[in-house]
Amino acid sequence: MREIIIGELTQAFQQMARDVAHYLPRLIVMLIIALIGWVIAYLLKLMVRSLLRLTKFSKLSENAGAAQLLHQAALPSSTELVSRFVFWISWAGFVLLGVSVLGIAGLQEYISRFFFFLPRLFVAFVILFFGLVAASFFARAALLTAVNANLRSSRMLSVAVRFIVIIFALSMTFEVLGVAEQTMLIAFATMFGSAMLGLAIAFGLGGQDLARKFLERKLAPQHKEEREDELSPL
Amino acid sequence: MKVREVGLAEENLLTDEFLRQLINIGEVDIVVGVSTHNHAKTIGPVIAAIQAGILKCFPRERVAIINADGGSQDGTTELVTSATIDDLGRGTKVYALRTLHSISVRYGRTPDPCIAMQTILAAADLLRAKVCALISPDSTTIEPDWLQRLARPAYIDNFDLVCPVYQRQRFEGALVRNLLYPMTRSTYGSRIREPYATEFAISGRLATEILNNGFMNQEWVRMGPEISATVFALIGKYRVCQSFLGPRPPSSRGAQDMVAAMRRTVGALFASLDGNFPFWSAINGSQPVPTVGARIEVPEETTRINRKRLLDMFSSGVAQLEPVLSSILSASLHSELRRIAALDIDAFEYSEELWTRTVLEFAASYHKSTINRDHIIQALVPVYRGRSLMFVMENRDGSEEDVERREESLCADFERLKPYLLEIWADRK
Repeated sequence: MREIIIGELTQAFQQMARDVAHYLPRLIVMLIIALIGWVIAYLLKLMVRSLLRLTKFSKLSENAGAAQLLHQAALPSSTELVSRFVFWISWAGFVLLGVSVLGIAGLQEYISRFFFFLPRLFVAFVILFFGLVAASFFARAALLTAVNANLRSSRMLSVAVRFIVIIFALSMTFEVLGVAEQTMLIAFATMFGSAMLGLAIAFGLGGQDLARKFLERKLAPQHKEEREDELSPL
Repeated sequence: MKVREVGLAEENLLTDEFLRQLINIGEVDIVVGVSTHNHAKTIGPVIAAIQAGILKCFPRERVAIINADGGSQDGTTELVTSATIDDLGRGTKVYALRTLHSISVRYGRTPDPCIAMQTILAAADLLRAKVCALISPDSTTIEPDWLQRLARPAYIDNFDLVCPVYQRQRFEGALVRNLLYPMTRSTYGSRIREPYATEFAISGRLATEILNNGFMNQEWVRMGPEISATVFALIGKYRVCQSFLGPRPPSSRGAQDMVAAMRRTVGALFASLDGNFPFWSAINGSQPVPTVGARIEVPEETTRINRKRLLDMFSSGVAQLEPVLSSILSASLHSELRRIAALDIDAFEYSEELWTRTVLEFAASYHKSTINRDHIIQALVPVYRGRSLMFVMENRDGSEEDVERREESLCADFERLKPYLLEIWADRK
């Protein structure tokens, strides 16, 4: 009985030793890959940070309104955020590469999915960033045009333009990521449609007088005095 | 006639038909250029005045009228080419000793002041004209003497650029008086009253130089070719003078025209500072420019200005554009603007120094492109309304001398604060 127990134990230990001996080099390889990955990711982070500083990315994101959003959410600056994003994505990629060396069944598929997902994540990030830039640009252009045309609700118009462009960029981002595509599409269409309908009703019913005046101003010939509210500049 | 080599720029710009017409003319002494786009209502009297001017002042000279048209649909070009000098001769009993040529060329389907000017200068260059005078088709106040006043200093006295001095109503030309003249004077060091002129004359030598070296292909030149010609002459140290012309036709006063005028003039002036920094940064003070002719007095007309509306546009503009202005102006200046925007009409005061600092900070922000450059120019419009209100309030009861004195004081502020411009220009923040 005693011999049997010792024999089984010995066999189990031997099996474990064989398994460890089998996995240990892979584990070491994984650790080496992760370590090298960390170094490469860190270097990439430094490179991206320098490049972004050189191209005045923070200024661009400040103009886009992204910097204010990050500040309100107590997040680091846009340059720091992008360089950290690059670091973590790169390092996670290397770690997963290392994990794949272990040959654990079932993990391989998830790892390949992750690498397949990376380009889409990048594209989504670019779309979101340029969406914010475009939203800021068009909102400012609308604000300036409205102020110079002496419209009363210039700020509201500008906010509406910003809101619409951001919603549009977000829906595109989610579509690229493949997250709740249908929901986002329906939400966007509903919001846009209801906003337009709301504006039309508000303008047509709520502001009948305003609508009449607006159309009169647009279609009827203006009086000289109304047009000439500036000093002759030149 | 000498066969002349056509430059590459001219070759691309001028059509075969136009070249053929120019070759038929041969050489001329003076080219009068008129750039048009749907100007049928005004072009007739302008061409008639030009022809009368030629008959009266340059009867022995070889003169050609070149009309560069940007796709008129109202028969403007036909009006130019069909006008003959003989009609004038019968009325005045003065006859031309030379054939007067009138050519109209369509350079495109849409108006482009830069291409129009390039076309006229290229024609003057090909015709070996000694002088090229440019006349605005909107000049409803033009008189035959204008041509002599513009062209003679270049033709006889060898000046390279002859700028006009208009006689204005007290509140006319507020942008020129409050920004363009003081800013050009302090930066480029020459007291040219009308840096943005729609009528001016240039020598053949200057026209050729302007056409060469791709000057007219630069972005800032395309924005405002008129003001660019002045800047080019000042930088190249060409001989510049001014000539009293007479009353300037009133320009449009609509809000949209204000933005367009700001782009064409202030936008081009700010943009010109970028590439010419070594020149203007070394200039201290300003020098007077020789002025020929006699001042022509015009009777004062009553102009109704709605001051409350101007204040309202200024106040609401400063309030609504707060996020935009905060990216353009320093915090202290921005807060000062907010303070005066909250004042009542009776207590309102936008001082000369504050206005000067505002303009200089806008120029520096334009240089650094803190936001989109066109947005910076648009943001200046409501702020300028505040200054124009002050201009009206200051000069409401003043004489012509008072207006001149205040203008001089503003120019002195611009010159005094030039080191401030240099300081914020170099500031990397």
